[in-house]
Amino acid sequence: MKLTNRSKVVSNKEMTFMEKLYLPEIFKGMAITLKHAIAGPKGKVYSYPEVQKPRTKIWRGLHVLKRDEEGRERCTACGLCAVTCPAEAITMTGAERTKDEQHLYREEKYASVYEINMLRCIFCGLCEEACPKSAIYLTDRLVDVETNRGSFIYGKDKLVEKINERIDITERQSELQKKSVK
Amino acid sequence: MELITFKIILVVTLFAVSLGVAAYSTWGERKVAAILQDRIGPNRAGPFGILQPLADGGKLFFKEGFVPQGADRFLFYVGPALTMFISLITGAVIPWGKSLNIGGNSFYIQVANIDVGVLYLIAMVSIGVYGMMIGGWASNNKYSLIGAIRASSQMISYELAMGLSLLSIILMAGSLDLHFITSSQGEGKIWGFIPADGMNWNIFYQPLAFIIFFVAAMAETNRHPFDLPECESELVNGYMTEYSSMNFGQYMFGEYVNMFISNALIVTLFFGGFNYPGINWVSENWGENIAGTLSIFAMLAKVVFGILVFMWIRWTIPRFRYDQLMHLGWKTLIPLALVNLVITAAVIVFFAH
Repeated sequence: MKLTNRSKVVSNKEMTFMEKLYLPEIFKGMAITLKHAIAGPKGKVYSYPEVQKPRTKIWRGLHVLKRDEEGRERCTACGLCAVTCPAEAITMTGAERTKDEQHLYREEKYASVYEINMLRCIFCGLCEEACPKSAIYLTDRLVDVETNRGSFIYGKDKLVEKINERIDITERQSELQKKSVK
Repeated sequence: MELITFKIILVVTLFAVSLGVAAYSTWGERKVAAILQDRIGPNRAGPFGILQPLADGGKLFFKEGFVPQGADRFLFYVGPALTMFISLITGAVIPWGKSLNIGGNSFYIQVANIDVGVLYLIAMVSIGVYGMMIGGWASNNKYSLIGAIRASSQMISYELAMGLSLLSIILMAGSLDLHFITSSQGEGKIWGFIPADGMNWNIFYQPLAFIIFFVAAMAETNRHPFDLPECESELVNGYMTEYSSMNFGQYMFGEYVNMFISNALIVTLFFGGFNYPGINWVSENWGENIAGTLSIFAMLAKVVFGILVFMWIRWTIPRFRYDQLMHLGWKTLIPLALVNLVITAAVIVFFAH
């Protein structure tokens, strides 16, 4: 079965005289590398820490816990994401909101603790599919480098989006989600 | 100025230049590799990574120098030092420039103008193999020893071809004196009829000898595609497996100094050495000192270009297999060099006299 048109058939044929001379073939190879040297690395290399390689819109990176348009947290601590997570990376504790917290949480119940272990997470995206409240999404951000294992357990301080820096996840939303989320 | 003062200044300068070129060859190697492979290369230490050799050198000095158990400690330290030493002293007989006139005295820019310069060079290059052999032997590691034997057998098989191809140049010049060989390339017309001042280079007469010598020089300096002595994938790491810190650094440095000197030798023998187009016109009209200074730059420019070509080849061609290497050395290059030598001798006998 042919996967691409670029594959070459290997053969044991005798080398021609020019190939046996070897030098012309070397010059051919040197011409190829010279061509690359003249063309330069433009567009093929990203100077990583300064320039990040652009990722596709559907890239599954660091998670975000969304707020709704009034700035209230969407998560209701139902636990479906934790149940569906194949790596068992998500843990949470639910709590009941009080009257003066109505501007903070959308539903009566909310997650007082919501933690994702980034060392366990396999970025499969099942949590965002399971979420009935469209609260969790995976974004194009990357998990930071840490020097100890404990720092990879991301709590709400890192996961909930900042009120002034909302993260656009419309590319990831299905039509159904777009309709259901107001 | 006294002759001895000039020579001492020249020796110190040459030492510094050799080390400097070797240090910046490591940087240049990485940069050339990167450019040929669509990468950027070292760019963290200083602008364009200019300070990278300093960083590498500092790291090598501060690493732990490790000597394996049961190793011959004396020989273990002698091996890399010998490689470094040999590669540095070969630069003494190469004419680096035409001549400089200081205080009314004319000095050749050459440390030792000995009559048998070529023989001295060949002898020293051959001794370079001892550095590897001793290193491999003293490591008390059979893989290092195998690597060292491999390296020395490779060098021996190429030295013959190298010497034979050199002989045809010596026949043409009629002298073993490197300064004479060089200055004879600055006079006369190309093939007797093309009038180009200072361009009467041996490459126009001995292209075959040049190719043989070039390949042999590459094998001598253990450069790709002949870097079998340090094949990481097949032989742990060859003769230098047990070396760390600056002991290893000396081997690596010696190799780069070797590359510098080999290119200087190639330039001297085939590309007219310090001669450049119009050298005689310049020395007649602008004076000896300007011609001499320009000739130093011409020499260094040619050598740097040669180093770049060595690197270009290294990052293009894959390594030879060992039997292919031996085949090339013994069955191809030596007969070719012999044929070339016979033809040269015949032409000289029938046409020159």
